[in-house]
Amino acid sequence: MSTFFLIAILLLGFLVTFQIAKASEYVGILKGEKKNFEQNNRINGFLLLLFLVFGLIGVYWCNELLKGRILGESASEHGQKIDKMLYITIAVTGFVFVITQILLFWFAFRYQYKETRKAYFFSHDNKLELIWTVVPAIALSVLVGFGLYYWFGITGNAPKEAMVVEITGKQFNWIYRYPGKDQVFGKKYYRNISDVEDNALGLLWDDKAAQDDIQSDQTMYLVKDRPVKLIIGARDVIHDVGLVHFRMKMDAVPGTPTTMWFTPLYTTKEMKKMTDNPDFVYEISCDQICGKGHFSMRGVIEVVTQEEFDLWMAKQKPKYYAVFPDKDPANAKKDSTGTAAISLDTLKLTANK
Amino acid sequence: MSNDAILNKPAEAVVIHGDDHDGNGHHDHHHKETFISKYVFSMDHKMIAKQFLITGMIWAIIGGLFSVLFRLQLGYPNDTFPILESVLGKWAKGGKIQPEFYYALVTMHGTVLVFFVLTAGLSGTFANFLIPLQVGARDMASPFMNMLSYWFFLLASVVMISSLFVQTGPASGGWTSYPPLSALGGASEGSKTGMDLWLVSMALFVVSSLLGGLNYISTILNMRTKGMSMTRVPLTIWALFFTAVLGVLSFPVLLSGFILLLFDRHGGTSFYLSDIFVTGQGALPNEGGSAILYQHLFWFLGHPEVYIILLPAMGMVSEIMSVNARKPIFGYMAMIGSLFAITILAFLVWAHHMFVTGLNPFLGSVFVLLTLLIAVPSAIKVFNWLTTLWRGNIRFTPGMLFSIGFVSLFISGGLTGIFLGNSTLDIHLHDTYFVVAHFHIVMGVASFFGMFAGVYHWFPKMYGRYLNNTMAYIHFWVTLVGAYLIFWPMHYEGLAGMPRRYLDFSQWVSFNQFEGLNRFISIVSMIVFAVQLLFVFNFFYSIFKGRRVTTKNPWGSNSLEWTVPLRPGHGNWPGEIPEVHRWPYDYGKDGRDFIPQTEKVGANESAH
Repeated sequence: MSTFFLIAILLLGFLVTFQIAKASEYVGILKGEKKNFEQNNRINGFLLLLFLVFGLIGVYWCNELLKGRILGESASEHGQKIDKMLYITIAVTGFVFVITQILLFWFAFRYQYKETRKAYFFSHDNKLELIWTVVPAIALSVLVGFGLYYWFGITGNAPKEAMVVEITGKQFNWIYRYPGKDQVFGKKYYRNISDVEDNALGLLWDDKAAQDDIQSDQTMYLVKDRPVKLIIGARDVIHDVGLVHFRMKMDAVPGTPTTMWFTPLYTTKEMKKMTDNPDFVYEISCDQICGKGHFSMRGVIEVVTQEEFDLWMAKQKPKYYAVFPDKDPANAKKDSTGTAAISLDTLKLTANK
Repeated sequence: MSNDAILNKPAEAVVIHGDDHDGNGHHDHHHKETFISKYVFSMDHKMIAKQFLITGMIWAIIGGLFSVLFRLQLGYPNDTFPILESVLGKWAKGGKIQPEFYYALVTMHGTVLVFFVLTAGLSGTFANFLIPLQVGARDMASPFMNMLSYWFFLLASVVMISSLFVQTGPASGGWTSYPPLSALGGASEGSKTGMDLWLVSMALFVVSSLLGGLNYISTILNMRTKGMSMTRVPLTIWALFFTAVLGVLSFPVLLSGFILLLFDRHGGTSFYLSDIFVTGQGALPNEGGSAILYQHLFWFLGHPEVYIILLPAMGMVSEIMSVNARKPIFGYMAMIGSLFAITILAFLVWAHHMFVTGLNPFLGSVFVLLTLLIAVPSAIKVFNWLTTLWRGNIRFTPGMLFSIGFVSLFISGGLTGIFLGNSTLDIHLHDTYFVVAHFHIVMGVASFFGMFAGVYHWFPKMYGRYLNNTMAYIHFWVTLVGAYLIFWPMHYEGLAGMPRRYLDFSQWVSFNQFEGLNRFISIVSMIVFAVQLLFVFNFFYSIFKGRRVTTKNPWGSNSLEWTVPLRPGHGNWPGEIPEVHRWPYDYGKDGRDFIPQTEKVGANESAH
C-alpha cells in the first residue's frame, strides 16, 4: 500500500512540476522573451550565490557532525605518519577548495548579465598562466615529497626483530599461522590443501619446520610495541588485508605472496578505554571484492602485552598434532593407531559438512 | 573521402524533414529516404549522434535504477521490501536483496555507466554530432563505419542486457572484473555465463569504440573546411580529438586483457591463475600465472578511460562557458596544451590503482609523481575557466549552469584525487568510500554535468526546439545540491576506512556508526534519480512539443554548427561549406557581441 502511495505521490509531483513548467513557458512568452530571460538570470545568479554560502556552511557543519566518527587514534606508528600526511593534504587542498569555489560562484554571481555590462575581451595572459602552472606544481612537489618520504618508510624492510605472522585469505575468512618454536614456517604447496584432511593451507607435513607451526582461524594475536611483519597470501581469489585502526592495507593475491609490517601501539584493552567503547576490537576487513560473502569476511586481531602473548602461545598446539594426534607427545602413551584413525574419520565428517 | 569529393556530390545532401525545405534550399535531385535509411540504418552523423544519445539515456535509466536498488539495501539493511521479491524473484528472496544480486547490481551499475553511458552516450553523441558540424564537414570520414560503430554498440548493449536474464545472473565481480574471481565459475555465480556475456559484450563495445574513434580522428585531421586550421577549431574538437586518440590507443589493450581472461576461463591457460584452491572444487592445475597482470592490462585502459569520459565534458564546458559569458575562453592555447598533457599523462599513471597490490614500492613512487603531475594541467584548466567567467556578461542558460556545476564538481573531485594519488594516503583510503566519493564526483557526476550542458546547449540544433527551461532549472538545482549531499559525506565514511562493496555493515564494530548517514544518502539518491526522470521526460516531450527555435543561431555563437539551417539535412550545408577566417572565440571583441568564424578579419581589427 505504501509503495502505491509513493508512486502516486511521485506521479502527482511530476504532473504538478510539468504543469508549472508549461505554464511558466507561456507566461514567459506573454512577458516577452527578454524580460523573462532577465528575470530567470537574476534568480539563478542569486541561487548560485546562495549555493556558495549554504554550501560552505554545509561543508563546515558536515565536518562538525562527522569528524568525531572518522579516524580516531591511530594504533600504529605507520598510521600516525599517514594521519599526519592526511592533515597536511587536507590543509592544502582545503585552502584551494575554498578559494576556487568562492571565486567560481562569486564570479558567476558578480558578472551575471546586465544590459549595460560589456564583457571584457581577455583572451590570454602569459604571466597569469605561468603563475597557475608554477604554484600548483610547487605545492604538489611538496605533497609528493612528504608522501614519498613516508611511503618508503612504511613500505621499507621490516625491522629484524619483527615477529612474523602469515595470514591467508579464502572465501570467506582468514587463516593465521605462526612459525612455532623453530621460528621457521614449514613449506606448503597449494595442491596439498584439503579441507577433508584438515590441511587448509596445504602444509607439507614431512617438513620438520611445518610440524610445530601454529595455525588458527579465530584471532590473530599481536604484541604491543613489537613490530610485526605479515606474510599475506590467498587461497582462491584476490582478497585484501585491511587494518583500519593501523591504517594498513595490502592485497592477498593467489600465487604471489605479499608482505607488510607495522608496530601496534596500544593493546586491545587500552583501545577499549581510549575509544570509550567496550566492544572495541581490531578488525581485519577484506577490502577487495571476493564474492558473495565479501562484506562479511571479517577477522579479529587482539593486541596484548608480551607476557599475555607468551601465555597464549604456550597454550597453543601445533596444527600437526591436531591432524596426527598420535604424534602428539601428550597422546603418546595411548594406543596411537586407533585414535588417529577415529579422529581422522570425524574430521572428514566435519569437513564434509 | 575529401571534402571536395563530397562537395561534388550534392545529391547526398538530402533533407530530413519535409517541412523544412525553406531553410535548406533545394537541391537538384532529391531522393526520398525511407524510414529505415533515415532513422534506423542511418549514415548521417547527426542521426547516429541521436541514436547514441537516446540509447545512452536508456542505459542511464537502467544503470541509475540499479543504484537505487542497492542504495535501498545500504540505507535499509534491516528492512524487507516484499515488492522486490515479486519483481526480482529469487534475487530478492523474502524482500531482501541477496548478496549475489547486490554484487551483480554494483557491477552492472559501474559497467553500464562508465562504458555504455559516459563513453558511448557522451562521447559517441557529441563526437558524432559536433565534429562534422564544427570543423565544417558534410559527414564523418566514413559514414558507413560510423553507422557500424553505433550498431556494434547496440549489439554490445543487447548482449549485456541479456546477461541480466541468465539463470546464474550477470557478472558480479565488480566493474573491473579482476581475476581469479572473474575467471572461476566455482568462486562466484556471476562468474559463470554472466561473465562470458559480459566479456563478449565488452569486446563488441571495444570494436564500436575503435570504429568510432578512428573516424573521429580522421575527420578532424582531414576534413576541416577551408581556413579551419587546428588552432581555429573550437575546444570541443580538441577535446574530442584527444578522447579518440586515448580510446584508439588504450581500448585494444583492454581487449587483449579480456581475451586472455577468456582463454583462462575456457582454454585451460594460466595467464592470470596460479596456486588456486576453490572450496568445493579442489586445487586447480594452473600454475605460474599472475593475477596482477590483468590489473595492469585493465588499468592501462581503465585510467585513460577516466579521461575518455572527462575530456569531452571539459571541451563542451569550455565552449558553452565562453558562449554564455560572452567572452573568449581564457588561454585557448593553454587549454589545448593542458588537454595534451592530460592525454600523455593518462597513459603513464595506471598503476596508481594498484599501490596496495604488492607493487614494488619504487615503481609505486614513480606513479605517485606522474599521477600528481596531472593536477598541474587540471589546475590550469580550472583557473582558465574561472578567468573566463571573470568580467564576463553571463547568461545562465541551463547549459551554462551545468557548466558552472561541472567546474565546481571538477574542483571538488579533483582535489580528492591528490589524496588518492599519494600512495601513502592510498594505503588507508584504497577501496573505501573515499574512492567512491572521489570518482563519482570527478568522473561520474562531473561528466554527467558536461553531458547535460551539451544536451541543453545543442538540443536546439539537434531537434529545432528548446527544452523546457523551468524543468531544466529544477533538474540542475536538485542534481547539483543532491550530488553534493550524496557524495560529500561519503568522504567521511572513507576516512573512517569503511570499505566499498559491502552490503551490510551491521556486524562490523569499526564501520557501523554510519547507519543514519547511509539512509540519508539513500533517500537523497532516490530523489535525484526521480529528477533525472524529469529530465528524460523533458527531453522526449520537447522533441515533439518544445518551443520552436526561430533563428539559426539562438545563443549568438561563433562556431560553424550555428550556420547550418534550422533542421539541417544530410550534408549539413545546403550550398557550399562556409570558409573560416578566425578562431571561434571572438566574443566581446572591439565592442561587438560576437563575430562568427565565417566573417573575414577586418582591416583595422585588433589582433588577439
